[in-house]
Amino acid sequence: MELQYWIWIAVGLSFSLYIGIAIWSRAGSTKEFYVAGGGVHPIANGMATAADWMSAASFISMAGIISFSGYDGSVYLMGWTGGYVLLALLLAPYLRKFGKFTVPDFIGDRYYSNTARSVAVFCALIVSFTYIAGQMRGVGVVFSRYLEVDIVTGVLIGMGIVLFYAVLGGMKGITYTQVAQYCVLIFAFMVPAVFISFLVTGNVVPQFGFGATDAEGVYLLDKLDGLHKELGFHEYTSGSKSMFDVFCITMALMVGTAGLPHVIVRFFTVKKVSDARKSAGWALLFIAILYTTAPAIAVFSRTNLIETVSDKPYEQMPYWFEKWETTGLLGFTDKNEDGRIQYTADAATNELDVDVDIMVLANPEIADLPNWVIALLAAGALAAALSTAAGLLLVISSAVSHDLLKKMVMPDISDKGELIAARIAATAAVCLAGWFGINPPGFVAATVALAFGLAASSFFPAILLGIFSKRINKEGAISGMLVGVSLMLFYMLKFKFGWFGGGEKADWWFGISPEGFGTVAMVANFVVTLIISSRTPAPSKDIQELVANIRKP
Amino acid sequence: MKNNTYWKKNIQYISILLSLWFIVSFGCGILFVEQLNTIQIGGFKLGFWFAQQGSIFGFVIIIFTYIYLMNRLDNKLNKEN
Repeated sequence: MELQYWIWIAVGLSFSLYIGIAIWSRAGSTKEFYVAGGGVHPIANGMATAADWMSAASFISMAGIISFSGYDGSVYLMGWTGGYVLLALLLAPYLRKFGKFTVPDFIGDRYYSNTARSVAVFCALIVSFTYIAGQMRGVGVVFSRYLEVDIVTGVLIGMGIVLFYAVLGGMKGITYTQVAQYCVLIFAFMVPAVFISFLVTGNVVPQFGFGATDAEGVYLLDKLDGLHKELGFHEYTSGSKSMFDVFCITMALMVGTAGLPHVIVRFFTVKKVSDARKSAGWALLFIAILYTTAPAIAVFSRTNLIETVSDKPYEQMPYWFEKWETTGLLGFTDKNEDGRIQYTADAATNELDVDVDIMVLANPEIADLPNWVIALLAAGALAAALSTAAGLLLVISSAVSHDLLKKMVMPDISDKGELIAARIAATAAVCLAGWFGINPPGFVAATVALAFGLAASSFFPAILLGIFSKRINKEGAISGMLVGVSLMLFYMLKFKFGWFGGGEKADWWFGISPEGFGTVAMVANFVVTLIISSRTPAPSKDIQELVANIRKP
Repeated sequence: MKNNTYWKKNIQYISILLSLWFIVSFGCGILFVEQLNTIQIGGFKLGFWFAQQGSIFGFVIIIFTYIYLMNRLDNKLNKEN
């Protein structure tokens, strides 16, 4: 059957599934809208968290990024999984015990102050908007690449579907569609991975194939190190970044993961404290399936790419080469006009431009898999982007309807009124996100790092200290959050956007990249919070009681 | 068992498990990666394996260990009260 038909079938079926779930799980109260009624099974919540967490970038780009950066790519693998340990051990159980709806809820109540609540709302909104713009763009790109519609139409279709189930079902609808989306995306990611692993190494488990030998009996990683050396790249299994920077980036991503509001709220949806711990474990296990496969795919496709193209005549390229050339993901310029492809680390002689996304997207064709696998991949990429977008939408809408409206502006609003407000806020947020998807601000890529840095430097210290110390007061927490966020914003604006005089790599403070700076801003937050708290009065008995209470099982 | 003992025990578990969290990722995958890379097991240099596979498996084991320990502690608390 034609590829186009397969893709329409896969996308159509998966979308009808999401719509069906949305109709089945309409939200009738704010509790259902914000936390799915609070009775989600830990394994279901684990799947939903995994889908919520793994975005279009994890699905499409991550393997490719690792493939081009080798050991340096480890920062994403460790950084985007290690945060779950912090969540399970330090945050999730206590936030569940606290038992409200949002992250600003906790900050506002624990620090008995609407100023603290407002700072938290502000941080939640920037973090979520920087993140969601990329997701809507991802939906548009997948549509345009596979279904030959333009990006705007793709974004609009994506908006329509998210709007339908997020506005109708709130967290309840989102949770169960995310469970379905996890199944779609993991199946779509693993099928080509298993085939390729078998093709290259004869081992069907990619995690083992990763360390196996090729047909000639040479270890794949050793071979790749050799190929890299020949072509002038740095050795695949060792990095080019400084150890200190790798340390800081990994830490910022881990702590940022644990501080992202759309991940944290997922743990409000389970029944009890022990379920919050369990679902963090399941979530990480489900995420680990993809995250331990990605570096294996990275190695298979990297080796495959170099062996297929390096110093080979352009005329003899396989059919997929031309196909991906037309999409702009592959580009060949014959600089020395010998008709062969020179692929080197030196920009002056390198003749091949490769987009990182191709490593996952072209896998089925490189491995010569049937058309339905390609269709599955398209549905999987859409599932990854939509599930993350929906989770973020809920954070945005609850920040507006619950934290701003109910808790600060109109405390008397009825449950019904709040529910309507939540739906209006969600609709407005979808439209805004769609607008960002159609007119992507040039800084989208740069701001993903910003989202993690901000989450690390604002929420994480405030929540952690709020649970593990009874002494931390509002003065400390508010000044800590403000210092952390300002420092992060300053560094990012200076080195990513050239404000405040800009700066080059050589000007980085202590050699820390903007991606890793969240670690420094987080430490600054901790220090400021502790010092200011120790010099101002302790919180009241009631608040200390509240802290004691969330520590009980 | 008093709530105080429960909390102390919890803090003890967390400290041990977070040390392991630090060792498998920052320790083996970053700080001592070059030393570990001199050891090769199968097709993997050990430091590189920790950075791209081992740390993630380690994280999963750490969380499930914590789940087990805390469930045991919760049961003990329930029985005694």
